Amino acid sequence: MTLDVIVCVKRVPDTETRIRIDEASAAMDPTGVKFIMSPYDEYAVEAALRTKEAAGAGEVGLLTFGEESSQETLRSGLAMGADRATLLIGHPTQDGLVTAKALAAELAGADTPLVLFGVKAADDDQQQVGPMTATLLDRPCVTGVTSFELAGDAVLCHREVEGGVEVVEVELPAVLTITKGTYDPRYASLKGIMAAKKKPLETKPAAAGASRIVVERLSYPPARAPGRIVGEGPEAAAELVRLLREEAKVL
Amino acid sequence: MAKVFAFAEQRGGEIRSAAREAVTAAAKVAGGLGTEVKALVVGGPGAASSAGELGRFGAAGIEVVEHEALSDYQPEAYARVVAGRVRAGDYGVVVLPATTLGRDLAPRVAALLDVPLAGDVTELDVVDGALTVIRPVYSGKAFAQVRVDAAPALVSIRPNVFQPTDAPGAGIVEVVATEVETSWARTRVVERKAAEGGALDVSEATIIVSGGRGMKDPSNWPLLEALRDAIGDGVALGASRAVVDAGWRPHGEQVGQTGKTVAPKLYVAVGISGAIQHLAGMRTSGTIVAINKDPDAPIFNVADYGIIGDLFEVVPRLTDAVAALRASG
Ligand SMILES: Cc1cc2nc3c(=O)[nH]c(=O)nc-3n(C[C@H](O)[C@H](O)[C@H](O)COP(=O)(O)OP(=O)(O)OC[C@H]3O[C@@H](n4cnc5c(N)ncnc54)[C@H](O)[C@@H]3O)c2cc1C
Ligand SMILES: Nc1ncnc2c1ncn2[C@@H]1O[C@H](COP(=O)(O)O)[C@@H](O)[C@H]1O
Repeated sequence: MTLDVIVCVKRVPDTETRIRIDEASAAMDPTGVKFIMSPYDEYAVEAALRTKEAAGAGEVGLLTFGEESSQETLRSGLAMGADRATLLIGHPTQDGLVTAKALAAELAGADTPLVLFGVKAADDDQQQVGPMTATLLDRPCVTGVTSFELAGDAVLCHREVEGGVEVVEVELPAVLTITKGTYDPRYASLKGIMAAKKKPLETKPAAAGASRIVVERLSYPPARAPGRIVGEGPEAAAELVRLLREEAKVL
Repeated sequence: MAKVFAFAEQRGGEIRSAAREAVTAAAKVAGGLGTEVKALVVGGPGAASSAGELGRFGAAGIEVVEHEALSDYQPEAYARVVAGRVRAGDYGVVVLPATTLGRDLAPRVAALLDVPLAGDVTELDVVDGALTVIRPVYSGKAFAQVRVDAAPALVSIRPNVFQPTDAPGAGIVEVVATEVETSWARTRVVERKAAEGGALDVSEATIIVSGGRGMKDPSNWPLLEALRDAIGDGVALGASRAVVDAGWRPHGEQVGQTGKTVAPKLYVAVGISGAIQHLAGMRTSGTIVAINKDPDAPIFNVADYGIIGDLFEVVPRLTDAVAALRASG
């Protein structure tokens, strides 16, 4: 069965990056920061590519909402093997509904049976854009999927839930959000990187409204009170238990 | 005055701690706004049976929607029911839990109501009559103080952060008759497998004992299991990504950026170096303990208590000491 897949991806700071805060703008200072495709989105791209490879046909499209700089993120996904990409120009925001509306406006016209998201973006950690977009499109959505298989007009999704795993069946067209599981992302080959330069990348203005989540302040997490080395070696165990009981009161 | 709404999660007719936390958080906001809390329990027949206990944490009223089709969590159907109940009242703030269920549900409710959602918040406050919240961003490397400019303002709260507090409210339970169409359900659970031995999930635990690559081999895990069992109930095993990637432990146990975000009252990191992506998942824990043979391991920078030493010697002694403590009551 052939099937086109669209993956929504986001450009985020590398997870190794030390975040510097610009107090005045209540935002991260991007100077010198390396940006990457959000890790869960890479899993989703990998899942889409494997779906296409298993079928031997179909197209993998990438979609993002962001600034011009997000072209770089799309090119890296094209280098992995995606076929085409669309950049909806607008200002990324913590208001996932703004993002979801921009993405949904584009997806509504595309009629693609399977749309994949990462379970969460590594910058805002909202974990919301996927199910919001699905709801706006009136499509079913399965979240936190670790692997899936196509079964006729349906998809069988494996997902982790509190206390176990579930297999969930959903009819196409559907939206899935992908978490870490079986889709270890491939590295782009040199050939892939070269090919990516020639693949279609469309840029257009996003249909995005105003953000209703207003960041008033961005600050460093409160420093944890300096910890204490209770001791070295097994002899320290008894003292640790006493401290946990009497001082921290957690035992 | 617009009220505060709390979604009270239940499973199999049993109110979950996430529900008590949501009501507690909602009561805090309601106190600041000078209004009251209404809780909502959604479930199968019998869901109302234990709903009354939410009064203890500050719910003035508790609505219960019971329906065969809602016995198990059903994303699309639950979202419609919750959005419908929010619309039916006059609410300024809606609090949901950022549990696995809540993270799936809240964005759908937000989209149906056309309001934004501040997800996974760790602090809620009312300043000059308006709600402000703190959300960890960049995997906990920064905290964003945000204002939600919408009515109602939707927030989901990080589990284990808002400890349930006694604050008696009237707690009047009202079963609300609601139409539920079977066609609302658009996904079907075809199989459910419980975790090995019904183990508690890290996201639900109040204490987590986590193992990393320092454990050397999966066959050494009984060491951590013994510690877990000695501590008692509410303890889950966690893992670093290194051991999950090696196939030593299931991904469900992974804590961190590409695993789960947890905030237990006690987090014990055994043989875990404390990479930034691991810290992302556990740095808001109440008390952090690190056991590592490398005095320079970054985990010691966030640990409240550390023992420098060989875990294979330290952990059994720790287990004995905990067992002795338990034995002495
Ligand atoms: C995009 C991305 C996402 C990631 N997501 C996650 C995530 O979600 N969760 C996560 O954990 N990691 C994540 N990582 C990986 C992370 O960077 C680290 O590689 C990982 O956390 C290391 O695991 P570890 O601490 O178990 O192993 P190591 O870093 O190898 O540390 C082992 C520790 O054990 C100690 N040790 C060894 N032997 C003993 C002994 N006998 N007694 C006592 N101590 C001993 C060592 O001193 C060392 O500190 C991610 C990485 C990337 C790039
Ligand atoms: N600006 C964006 N453009 C495209 N996709 C996005 C964007 N923001 C979020 N997403 C998608 O939604 C997922 C969840 O993001 P979030 O809700 O912000 O945690 C991400 O993993 C992406 O798949």
